[in-house]
Amino acid sequence: MILTAGAAWGQPAAPGPGAGMDFFESKVRPVLVKNCYMCHSREAKAAQGGFVLDSREGLRLGGGSGPAVVEGKPGESVLIQAIRQEGKLKMPPFGKLPDAVIADLTRWVEMGAPDPRVEKAAPAHTYSEMDLQKGREFWAFQAPVAPKPPRPGAKQRAWVRGDIDRFIAAGYAAEGLTPVADADRRTLIRRVSLDLTGLPPTPAEVDAFVSDKKKGAFERVVDRLLASEAYGERWGRHWLDVARYAETNGRTRNYPFPVAWRYRDYVIDSFNADKPYDRFVTEQLAGDLLPAKGTGERNTNLIATGFLALGAHDLNEQDRRQNEMDRIDEQINVTTKAFLGLTVGCARCHDHKFDPIPTKDYYALAGIFRSTSMLSGLRQRPQFNAVYSDPALYATLEGVEGDSEATAARRATLWDRAMKIERQRGRKDRLQLRQVALQLGKLPVPGNYAMAVTEGKPQSCQVNLRGDAHALGENVPRGFVQVVYGERAQLPAIPGDASGRLQLAEWLVRRDNPLTARVMVNRVWQHLFGQGIVDTVDNFGKSGSLPTNRQLLDYLAVRFMDQGWSVKKTVREIVLSRTYQLGGTHQAANFAKDPESRRLWRMPRLRLEAEAIRDSVLAVSGKLDRSRPDGSPVFRWNVNAEANRGQGGRVQPWERTSNHRSVYLPVIRNAGSRFFETFDFPEPSETRGQRDVTTVPTQALFLLNDPFVREQAKNAARALVDEQKTDRARAAMAYKRTLARGPDARELDRALSYVHQAREEASGDDASSSADEAEVEAWTRFYQALMASAEFRYRY
Amino acid sequence: MNRRELLKNTACGFGYLAMAGMAHGEEYRSPLMAKKPHFEPKAKRIIFLFMQGAPSQHETFDYNPELVEFAGKKADRAGSILPPVYKFNPSGQSGLPISEVFPELARHADDLCLLNGMHTDSPAHPQATVFLHTGNFTFVRPSMGAWMVYGLGTENQDLPGFVTLNPVPIGGASNYGSAFLPASYQGTSVAIAQGQAPIANIKNADLKAASQRKQIDLIQDMNRDLLRRTQVDSELEGLIESYELAFRMQGSVPKVLDIRSETQATREAYGLGDRVTRDFGTQCLVARRLAEAGVRFIELNMNGWDQHAQLKSKIKSNAAAIDRPIAALLADLKQRGLFEDTLVVWGGEFGRSTTGQGGGSDGRQHNNRGYTMWLAGGGVKGGMRYGSCDVNGSAVETKVHLHDLHATMLHLMGLDHTRLTYRYAGRPFRLTDVHGNVVKDILA
Repeated sequence: MILTAGAAWGQPAAPGPGAGMDFFESKVRPVLVKNCYMCHSREAKAAQGGFVLDSREGLRLGGGSGPAVVEGKPGESVLIQAIRQEGKLKMPPFGKLPDAVIADLTRWVEMGAPDPRVEKAAPAHTYSEMDLQKGREFWAFQAPVAPKPPRPGAKQRAWVRGDIDRFIAAGYAAEGLTPVADADRRTLIRRVSLDLTGLPPTPAEVDAFVSDKKKGAFERVVDRLLASEAYGERWGRHWLDVARYAETNGRTRNYPFPVAWRYRDYVIDSFNADKPYDRFVTEQLAGDLLPAKGTGERNTNLIATGFLALGAHDLNEQDRRQNEMDRIDEQINVTTKAFLGLTVGCARCHDHKFDPIPTKDYYALAGIFRSTSMLSGLRQRPQFNAVYSDPALYATLEGVEGDSEATAARRATLWDRAMKIERQRGRKDRLQLRQVALQLGKLPVPGNYAMAVTEGKPQSCQVNLRGDAHALGENVPRGFVQVVYGERAQLPAIPGDASGRLQLAEWLVRRDNPLTARVMVNRVWQHLFGQGIVDTVDNFGKSGSLPTNRQLLDYLAVRFMDQGWSVKKTVREIVLSRTYQLGGTHQAANFAKDPESRRLWRMPRLRLEAEAIRDSVLAVSGKLDRSRPDGSPVFRWNVNAEANRGQGGRVQPWERTSNHRSVYLPVIRNAGSRFFETFDFPEPSETRGQRDVTTVPTQALFLLNDPFVREQAKNAARALVDEQKTDRARAAMAYKRTLARGPDARELDRALSYVHQAREEASGDDASSSADEAEVEAWTRFYQALMASAEFRYRY
Repeated sequence: MNRRELLKNTACGFGYLAMAGMAHGEEYRSPLMAKKPHFEPKAKRIIFLFMQGAPSQHETFDYNPELVEFAGKKADRAGSILPPVYKFNPSGQSGLPISEVFPELARHADDLCLLNGMHTDSPAHPQATVFLHTGNFTFVRPSMGAWMVYGLGTENQDLPGFVTLNPVPIGGASNYGSAFLPASYQGTSVAIAQGQAPIANIKNADLKAASQRKQIDLIQDMNRDLLRRTQVDSELEGLIESYELAFRMQGSVPKVLDIRSETQATREAYGLGDRVTRDFGTQCLVARRLAEAGVRFIELNMNGWDQHAQLKSKIKSNAAAIDRPIAALLADLKQRGLFEDTLVVWGGEFGRSTTGQGGGSDGRQHNNRGYTMWLAGGGVKGGMRYGSCDVNGSAVETKVHLHDLHATMLHLMGLDHTRLTYRYAGRPFRLTDVHGNVVKDILA
């Protein structure tokens, strides 16, 4: 018995033309509303079985069991099968409908299921061809053309060193700015070492550079840094911010991605090998579809597609369609922001408010990702409360060791058992399956697995009206973002038997794509000057900023493509410019006109990121382990245990317990390291090309009180006391190690008097301590002060 | 002498401390400095009592006589109607029906505004918990405390603006995160438990305060030298200030969290001497101290409200754990004149079904379509029931969606939820997204 009809009525009855519609209104709609809407309508939030029947489309699409209505064929219509209650699916759950009602519904399907409940047409506003044409006039949508470097004025001729400087000098002339003096060599080598490798120069490196009087001394430093492994470790980490890299799935239930680290290593290796950026883009979107020379290259190509697989997503499968569209949305967001600097994700529910990106474009891209299967490794069965690594959801690498025979056998047995229980799906099996899943989880995933994507069933996507995955509108053929290409552009055609990812990548890296090269060189520029030429590095659309120097941006973009999309060559050219080598001196007249130095009359100072602070502390203490760790601790985690639950200490303070470079420490969504968060490590669920820079007391507390800093200061002090014999030599060396310069006379005096009193205090505090211990203690305090100083926390 | 000259001329040492109050010049403003609200606020701070697990409204704060009338009948979902397993008593002048499991809180009935027609979007604990805290469970968004501090700053520069006590694991850091808002707005997690440091690195294990001060003076000397060399740098000034605030926090945080200074009577009132009430009582007492000290948003956490089974015993023991502490908190706030401008919010991520779990009579299922939260203090009417649910457990009358509650909380704090925005990734974001209406009827 039903006490009240819990759900609201659907749309008011539309006057149906003809008998079919009348029949629907009198015999069908009331039955659906009364008996079905409470669980199968958009009002009923969690549509049961992912199925709604309060719209024409909903009925025709059906849910997990197939189309609910096949026009004219009651026998094939799941709706009719269910209400007849002859098969497995019996609806409604609270009893069988009267025979007369069943007959009415059957008849209605035979009539072709006439249904006036048409969704209100697409959003009121939609971009027209005119809008698109007009939109293409926006600077960012016009392909860059190499501008001729401006001729420097008479006064600037001596200052200018290369083409980049010519563009910058033109800016000075326009704004009435004069560049400050060049940085001294100590400042410069610290700057370029931190920028290129995230590590400070050693005293020996500083001395070598300062005393190198031969021509090309700075080039030699730059080339040494570009050739070091540390370069890829730093610039790879920049890319990992863009790729929202993390090793758990995040969201409400947070399970580990045991082999996400393969993608991390792939990114680092790509930057070190100076892989052409067009190739790098293509591999990440469609590596699985590229021809490969040998197994090594094939493996690399597969791992690269982890880019699309390691996003934050719910494993919960309760509403499959919603889940699929959320997964696709995440992929569209990361792809368009990372490569195009566009927020196409805004067009999911409505046409983009600022850029001429119609909803259609979003669903054209959605079709490409809908035709793609994600191999993120994990499967969750909510009804069993179990999660496990599903072999079918991984790519398998060749020539890499997988399970041992014994492990493989054990895994196979457990897997069979799990699948058997799953098929039974009884309540009693719930606990049993969880037990099996836990045991499965204890086996590390096979060593030859990788996260990846693969081709799925090629299909287009219908517009989701208002972003509602159950309210479907127009079917959109797969394609790209229209405003980014001209009307007559020869676009790569997506073959009927492919997802279109390869064509998407081809389109992105074409020379006439106006954004891809610009967006990347702008990212590079930002990491060297603190701000991009376009300030909003992930948003080149109308709601983003305009370039401060468009000619320079276009010059860099075209040159980037001309030089084979080489990131290293771009970095090299920029750091060899005179602009990059400017000092950071204050100059009142310039400051009044351009306080932020947007025109680069001086080099802005940059706050070291969390990684650079920690790595620098370890470098100074001599404890930095420069090797690459084997994988990640997450690889050994039980995948059935959440990362943010009472996990028995699985999320460790690795920043203290490991001496590896920070890029190799696990990145756990929702359970990030306190240290990294304090220093503005980004939430790794969305593309974040530009980090926050905050200055909060918890950072000071960390540097003052955290045992890690103290321990490293002590390691540094121990070495200092052993190596240098006088206080003066010790103070000088401590300065050099931390700040790449010696102390001036005043600083030296201050250092000596501080150490003197600290030594007294240390021996006074603990009478039993030896003179040596007091000595180390005094220098520990001094070293820690240097590590906490602003000069250490910034690069000038 | 201007401020910079003063800075330059202040020799090393404690002299700088005297400057701390001045250290907010025009050039540099700490992101946590108190800001003007959009309009005159009713409340200056919020204490949120989070009851994780989805407490049953039918045994606590939502008296529905229909459940008795239709007891044993079938509803529109599995199982049959289960009447409340506890009795409700009309309480206070207002006669508000409060369950017998809350005898102490019932004395404050005239202060409570019961929202009996709440509804939310998900019936799953993790999603709904994150939704409650951030207004969204699909994407990572700033938590409501972070929004409050972003909008209002905080009153005590010696303490963080948003503190969460013993945060529950479900939802993790999302519940008190700042997402795309600057990191300084995120909640500081404080562990109220024996043998745990409440805030990371709040104490130096190796140096005495005087020694550390000398070390900080050395750091600040170096920093001021640098400032002299670079001449103008507001961020560097901010960094210099942050060392002073850090040093002050080392003094203030342990003091604020140290409840040993409270009188025996107060400790008794909060139930600190009783094993049943000790844990939540400590949270409540610490919350009052933080409120008094000017913290903007304080969250308390209690889990274990997921009564699929053992409804009768668990509701009773859970209620016993919080009844006296919350009553003491309300009384204490009043006595100190803080009640009028403190908004107290009680509730879980959703509520429970009107029917018994699996046909039984000692458990209830999840229900997001209708549940109860309550408000008290700053700017809300007391002794009031607002909204109700039908016998199927769905909110039917004067419903309040969670977005509406968020809008109302911001409103009481003097913030217009449609104007409190943050630009990110090319568009402005709000706590309430594109939803939410202020529930005007409950405003005092």
